[in-house]
Amino acid sequence: MSVHAPILAIGVALLGGFAAPLWAKLHKTLRDLWVLLVVGFVGVCVGYVAVHVFTTGIWVYVLGGRSPQETVASGGFPIRIMLTVDAMSAFMGVIAALLAVVAFPFALKYIAEEEGKTLSLTLGLLLLAGILGMAYTGDLFNFFVFLEVTSIAACALIGFRTWTSRAPEAAFKTMLLYSVSGLLFLLAVAFLYGEYGALNLAYISAQLSGTAVDRLSLALFLGALLMKAAAAPVHFWAPDAYGQAPAAKTLLLVVNTQVSLYGLWRVLFTLYGGILDAPVGWLVVSLGLLTMGVAAFMALVQTDLGRLVAYGAVSQIGYMLLGVGVGLVALSGRPDYGLVAMKGGIFHMLNDALTVGLLFLCVGAVEWAKGTRDLRELGGLGHGLPEVALCFLVASLALAGIPPLNGFASKILIYEGSFRLSPILTALAVLASILLLAVFARAFQGAFLGPRVEVKATVPWVFLVSMGVLVVGILVLGLVPGFFVEGLVTPAAEALWRGRALYLAAVLGG
Amino acid sequence: MIGNLPFVVCMILVALGLWTLVAKRNLVKLVIGIGLIESGVNLFLVALGYVHQGIPPIYTYAPKDAPMVLPTPQALTLTSIVIGLATTALMLAFAVVIYRHKGTLDARKIRDLRG
Repeated sequence: MSVHAPILAIGVALLGGFAAPLWAKLHKTLRDLWVLLVVGFVGVCVGYVAVHVFTTGIWVYVLGGRSPQETVASGGFPIRIMLTVDAMSAFMGVIAALLAVVAFPFALKYIAEEEGKTLSLTLGLLLLAGILGMAYTGDLFNFFVFLEVTSIAACALIGFRTWTSRAPEAAFKTMLLYSVSGLLFLLAVAFLYGEYGALNLAYISAQLSGTAVDRLSLALFLGALLMKAAAAPVHFWAPDAYGQAPAAKTLLLVVNTQVSLYGLWRVLFTLYGGILDAPVGWLVVSLGLLTMGVAAFMALVQTDLGRLVAYGAVSQIGYMLLGVGVGLVALSGRPDYGLVAMKGGIFHMLNDALTVGLLFLCVGAVEWAKGTRDLRELGGLGHGLPEVALCFLVASLALAGIPPLNGFASKILIYEGSFRLSPILTALAVLASILLLAVFARAFQGAFLGPRVEVKATVPWVFLVSMGVLVVGILVLGLVPGFFVEGLVTPAAEALWRGRALYLAAVLGG
Repeated sequence: MIGNLPFVVCMILVALGLWTLVAKRNLVKLVIGIGLIESGVNLFLVALGYVHQGIPPIYTYAPKDAPMVLPTPQALTLTSIVIGLATTALMLAFAVVIYRHKGTLDARKIRDLRG
């Protein structure tokens, strides 16, 4: 049983999602229990995989072989589909599972039955399955299939509220971008298949020689994955999408952008790790700076709380790109500061998941209690919803990188690493953080301070539990970051930094 | 050179699709643009698998040592077509809903979400 944990995590989420409408036919409570059971089981599988990978190394799981360990078929060629879980994949899986465990109980309460709760839960589980698939797969075509699974599920969730005029519009826009991104990815895979006759990531990585076709594919991969990760200048779908999806499901959309970033790291470090040169790193660094700057400025002028938080979320993508980009620039010589910046960038993925997740839950709670998200109409909610106000404050400070919260712990690593490459990078990143602090101070003041106002409904305890879990996470990661950096982040960063040879050896043998 | 002609045609299809996305404003035409890119990529995949004078890759009926076309790209294309069907259907559904709300399919007139 435990031998099959990686595929069970994906398969149970997928089939469990499709089974949810059947349970709903019997009874709504049964369906809710089923969804919680499925999410719990997926969480346990992901946790087991993570513990196994962090203690014993890369876990290769082969599908369709005589045994799950039979990586190479006769002839020394990996023809079978396989899942290859290294420390970075396991780390990404943990982020996804953590947010799913927080988001689903929230969603059970948040989404009304007449809004089509059953289907939204099915789509949520489908999205989770796609995300885990992207994180675990070791096969490029499979990555494309899971990419499209997440695209379809995510867009259906974004355009879920078809009775509003904005949701279908946001969904159409996002779907257009996701489709182009998916097709560019497929074209890149096709180029590589045409050249090397294989789809296995490790096999192609071992064969890559840096021809013109390889570089063309790299450009297509970069374009496709940056588009899906909402990096500037193709970030414009994200605020619409985050703003329109039901708040609880926005958490999964946040993980969806992160897993696209994970795909980018996988392509850059593992697939192209052998032939990559510094200009690609500089490209990632400059896109990172552009993303954080543009998003912070756009957040300044927002009047909708949901869109404001969404721009805050996009700006955090910029920090991850900066951190890992510095690592890419330094990849050829492998000086220490490259690894420090990469640790920062990867640690920031976890921190961003917690802080942005908490912010979106707060937005959901505000909308629940007041029926609107417009900052011009909101105000004085701090009296009626003190817990939500406190959560929003903690999350905003963490997002802006104020010590001793978790955002600071990862940003200081990014600053430290990027400073050694060029102090200008650090200065720009700090500036963007200050701007974000101003933005969120204004949002907090606009929504929660001011004279007491009546609230329509009190916030249910389920919301508070979900938010409380994230607050505890933010505080723990902020107060004792060393423990998590040593235990989780360093192995994940090392897996990209130096782990390419190990990854290849785990699949190809020798 | 003539052997590369199918690949060139596929890339022309992809380029036409991208041009459609940039130049057209009607939502249905945008979906058609996505369809063009998709057809280009799918044809490219199938063309990659062709082996000169190859036969269908079915072992039961194959004469001994006959060259076969590669089966993998065909499997990939089939998967990709199914995925394309789902995305196209979803996008057209959204276009229908948008038309019901706005009474237009012109992307320039649908601008609730700007900035």
